[in-house]
Parts: sequence; C-alpha cells; structure tokens
Amino acid sequence: MKKNVVEVKDLVKTYQMGDIQVNALRGLSMSVKEGEVIAIMGPSGSGKSTLMNTLGCLDRPTSGTYILNGENVQSMEDDQLADVRNRQVGFIFQSYNLLSRTTAVANVMLPLRYKRNNGHGDPKKIAEELLTRVGLEDRMNHKPFEMSGGQQQRVAIARALVNNPAIILADEPTGNLDSKSGKEIMDLLLGLNEERGVTLIIVTHDPKIAALTERTVRILDGRVENE
Amino acid sequence: MNSWRVLKEAVESLASNKLRTALTMLGIVIGVAAVLSMTAIGEGASSSITSSIESMGTNLIYISRTYSDNNSNPQALTLADAEALVESGGAPSVLAVAPSVNTSRTVVYGDNSTSTTIIGVTPDFATVRNKTVSTGRFISEADIDANSTVAVLGSDVVDDLFGASVGVIGQKIRIGNMLYEVVGILEASGGTAIGSSDDQIIVPITTAFSRLVARSNANDEVNMISVSAVDSESIDSAVSEISSILRSRHSISSDEDDDFSILSQETMTDAASSITGVLTIFLGGIAAISLLVGGIGIMNIMLVSVIERTKEIGLRKAVGARNNDILMQFMTESLIIGLIGGLIGVVLAYGLAGLIKNIAAASSYSLNPEITFGSILMAVGFSVAVGLVFGIYPASRAAKLEPVEALRTE
Ligand SMILES: Nc1ncnc2c1ncn2[C@@H]1O[C@H](COP(=O)(O)OP(=O)(O)O)[C@@H](O)[C@H]1O
Ligand SMILES: [Mg+2]
Repeated sequence: MKKNVVEVKDLVKTYQMGDIQVNALRGLSMSVKEGEVIAIMGPSGSGKSTLMNTLGCLDRPTSGTYILNGENVQSMEDDQLADVRNRQVGFIFQSYNLLSRTTAVANVMLPLRYKRNNGHGDPKKIAEELLTRVGLEDRMNHKPFEMSGGQQQRVAIARALVNNPAIILADEPTGNLDSKSGKEIMDLLLGLNEERGVTLIIVTHDPKIAALTERTVRILDGRVENE
Repeated sequence: MNSWRVLKEAVESLASNKLRTALTMLGIVIGVAAVLSMTAIGEGASSSITSSIESMGTNLIYISRTYSDNNSNPQALTLADAEALVESGGAPSVLAVAPSVNTSRTVVYGDNSTSTTIIGVTPDFATVRNKTVSTGRFISEADIDANSTVAVLGSDVVDDLFGASVGVIGQKIRIGNMLYEVVGILEASGGTAIGSSDDQIIVPITTAFSRLVARSNANDEVNMISVSAVDSESIDSAVSEISSILRSRHSISSDEDDDFSILSQETMTDAASSITGVLTIFLGGIAAISLLVGGIGIMNIMLVSVIERTKEIGLRKAVGARNNDILMQFMTESLIIGLIGGLIGVVLAYGLAGLIKNIAAASSYSLNPEITFGSILMAVGFSVAVGLVFGIYPASRAAKLEPVEALRTE
C-alpha cells in the first residue's frame, strides 16, 4: 500500500475583509497518495486556489492539520516553511510566473539557488537536462518573451521539478493556453508522473483534462463535495 | 548561501534598468565627489598656509613687545636685548638672532615711485628669516659698521620702480631725502596666503636707526627680534631661555606679566591648521548633506523597485527563498549603488580637484587640493553606509511581503 503524501483534516481558512468574514475553506479534509494524479474541480470562488496555497505551504490555514510527506507543517516557522516549499513542493501557475529578465536555464535553476544543502551536481547541468526533457533543448538561453505560452509553461514545469519535490501543485496550468498546447502540457505532466512517480495535483475547469487524471476531487464552498 | 550568486544577481538586476540605476547612482556620485573635493580644498588650503609659514624661516621664533596691566614698568625690545640673547651664553638653544625695525616710506626712482615697507636688519636676518638674493648680495657687517646707504629690494619693488630686473644693481633709489644704492634683489617668494614678502626693501639696521626711524628712538628700540632655534626639538627650550633672559633684563618680578610675547612658528601653524580644520569640516559637512540626499534617492528608487518586483518576490518565496534571502537581495543592490557610486565619485573628485587647482593657479594662488587615502576611505565608506541605511527600509518591506499576496499582484 502506498503512503499518503498529503493529509489534510478539517482545514478552515477565513479571510477578514473589514467587517465581513470570508470563509474560503470550511473544514476541508482530503488525502493524496504518493504518485497519484488528482484533478481538483469546482466553481470559481469555491476555494481551490486557497487549498493549493495551503497545500504548497505558501499560506497557513486558520485551523486544521496538514501533514506533508510525513512532516507536520502547520507548526513550522516562516523559514522552515520556505525550506519545505523548496524541498517538497513544485508550483506551476496559470500565468507561468517566470523571471522575465532571465533565460530559461536561469529560471529553472532558481529553486536550487535557495537550496540549503548544496552539492547535488552542477545546477546548470541539472537545469539543462530538465529543459531537454520538456522539449526545450533549443530554447535554453531564450528569455520568456522570446517563447510561446506553451514553451513558457514547459520552463515552469522544469523549474517545478528541479528539486525533486514530493508534490507538484498546478493551479489551472492550461488556463492561458489553447487546447492543443494545453493537451501537450497535460501529456508532459502525465509522462513525468509515469517516469518519476511525482505526485500531481492539478486544478482545472476543463472536464477533458480532468478525465486524463486518476481521480477528481470536487470542491464546493470550501468543502470536498464528493469523490 | 552563495554570495557570489547574490552579487551576480544584484548586478544583473541593476543592469536591466541602466538608466534608472545610473540616475540613482548620480546622487551618490555627486555627494561623494562634493565631500572629497571640499575636504581636499580644505586640506590644500591648510598645507599651503603651513608651507608659507614655514617658508618664513626654519625653527623660527618671533619676539615682539606687548603691554599688560600687570606690569608696572613695561619696556621696549632693544638691540641690546637681541645681543644679550646670543652673547650671554644663557640661551644654548638659540642659533641666531635677527633684530629688525620697520617703517613705511615712499621710494622713488626716476619718474617711478612706490610706497613700501622698509626693514632695517643685520646680516643674520638672511639666515634666520630664510631670505636669499637672486642677484647681488645681502646686507653685510661692513654696511652695518659704516651706516651705508645701501638697499636690497623685494622683487615686487623692482617691478614697480624699474619694470625689469636687469641692470638694477648699482642704481640709486631715493628713500626720504637720501639716495641708496641697490646692492641686491631678493628671491621672489611668490604670493602666499598671508601676504607677500616681495613688497619690501631691506636696509642696514644702523642706517634705519640714524636716517629712517623717529629721532626719539634713542635706545635703539627694535620692532621685532627673530630667533632661530638650533633645531626643531629645541624650540620649546629656546622659548623658555629667551623668556628668562628678557625677564631679568627688563627687571620683571615673578608676579608680573611679560612685556614681550614669544611666538613660535609651531603655534602659528597650529593656529592656522585649527582654522582650516574648521573650514574643512564645514565644507565637508555641507557636501555630506548632498550625500544624504543621494541616499534618499536610493531609498526612493528601491521602494519603487520593490513594488515593481512584488510578483518576482512572491515567486522567489514560493520556490523557497527565506525572508533573509530577499532582504539580502535588495540590500546588495543598494550597497552596490552606494559602492560604485562612491568609486565613481572618487574619480570625479580627482577631476574637480585638478580643475580647482588650475583655477587657483590662473588667479596666481597656489592651492593644491589634497585627496588623501584616508579621505577616500571615509567618503566611500560613508557612501556604502548610506546605501546600507537607506536600503534597509525598502529591503525589509520586500522581505516581509506575504507570498500569496505578492504572487497575486500584477
Ligand atoms: N486574500 C484574500 N482576501 C479575501 N478574500 C479572499 C482572499 N483570497 C481568496 N479570497 C476569497 O476566498 C474565496 C475562495 O477563493 P479562491 O480560493 O481563490 O477560489 P477559486 O480559486 O476556487 O476560484 C473567494 O470567495 C475569494 O473571494
Ligand atoms: Mg483560483
């Protein structure tokens, strides 16, 4: 039996907007097994991004527990959380979020720059290998504005993989792409899951994309609707 | 973490907006250049004054008359006082003594005339007061003995009376109702910060007594006695030896004040350098304000830069940057602006100092602005500190950004 990489229980996230409270998550519980590919679907405003930010340790829940790859993360300090993000989490954003001034290779190397225990090979070589794997061997030294959306998202995927994270969190990774490049990005992610066994959690609005995954988690009003 | 990478990243980021970086640096460049060149002017003025004081003679001590309420019978300095300093044997630290009398007269040669200072001296005046003749000779013992009507002219006087300096020796000039033969011309000492010594005429002291100074001067009163000490270490002992000889000659009791004042060159240079020191601090202080303004410029631009790069900061945090990493990143950028701006400022200061030197020379002042290694260190250190201090606030704002909020901004 495979172990749980992600285990959240009774997650509550409340935003205080002046006098009103916005409950983005209202007691959400779920778990994800190592190597699983999961789609998260739900209407806009249902709390998908809030969940992803919590799973990625970018944000702390108001209450609830979260165990990521055996580590109890809700009790951690800011610096420890930064290290957890660095080691355990790879983010893929809808808008790619590449550094516009730097080349593809430099973008992929960025997480290595913040790695605390250095010395797992030459960062540049690791980045180049990953870029080759995502099909950008002839775009290594291109800057983001010299690449198409699909190519930029490939750079972001390489960046997410560079530290061999336990989970990859992709919040609408194909949302800015046409259906053809969206399909290519999904195929790439699924292929990487196959090869490396990396756990994938993908937020999407597209049922065709969700159909490619092993399991779909539906979220409504900050809770898991059904599985 | 890899500080080389931090540095490289900061440089790349600064290079990505060259115009803005250059304008931000400009504030620091101007500030450092102003501080350095202003203090250099102060230092240059100080050393030009010091060297002109020193050019008046080596290990020099001046004695002149003073008046005090606490002295029942003040007396003037006389030739006999001057002689006593060398002859009594009571002043082993004294090398040579040169009494002098001054007066002011109109001097005439042909159709030309000029009003100038006449100084009556003994031959030792040349060594004590560092006077050399460019042509001819100085006043001799024989001139003193014979009350000769001979004169040694300062170079400005030569210009005024003759226009040229050739064929001047042997000419006769009229001072009062007597004709004096020109026997020598003094080496020009150049314009100094404390007035020119080229505008004077030197005559034998005996001639001055008998023909130029007031008849009432029966006791051979002198205006000043210049003394040179044996060496620079014996200046203090020379001063106390002179003091005790003159006090006993003037019959001053132990509870009375001196009726003379002794001024060593050292006290003059000390006084001058304390004045120029204040000047230097004042100029440097004004210039330092412009450096502070440059620092505010750094803070301003770094704040803009933090806002512009909010999303980048969010991303860096998402991939594992700690707050300190972000702090370091922005601090490094403002440090680099401070450091490079400071270094360029040093180069500019050298240019300014050269310019000021030329302007001073063109108006025949000798001012040599001195940029010392110490002042470079201070100015660059100050500009780096400005970069640090004014970089802290923007950098800590960047470091404290919430990653989720930061990523959400466009
Ligand atoms: N920083 C915030 N401050 C206030 N309300 C927020 C904030 N972030 C999200 N919300 C609210 O929380 C709810 C869930 O948002 P989100 O997780 O982004 O939904 P989704 O990604 O499913 O569209 C929404 O009602 C949204 O307005
Ligand atoms: Mg969303």
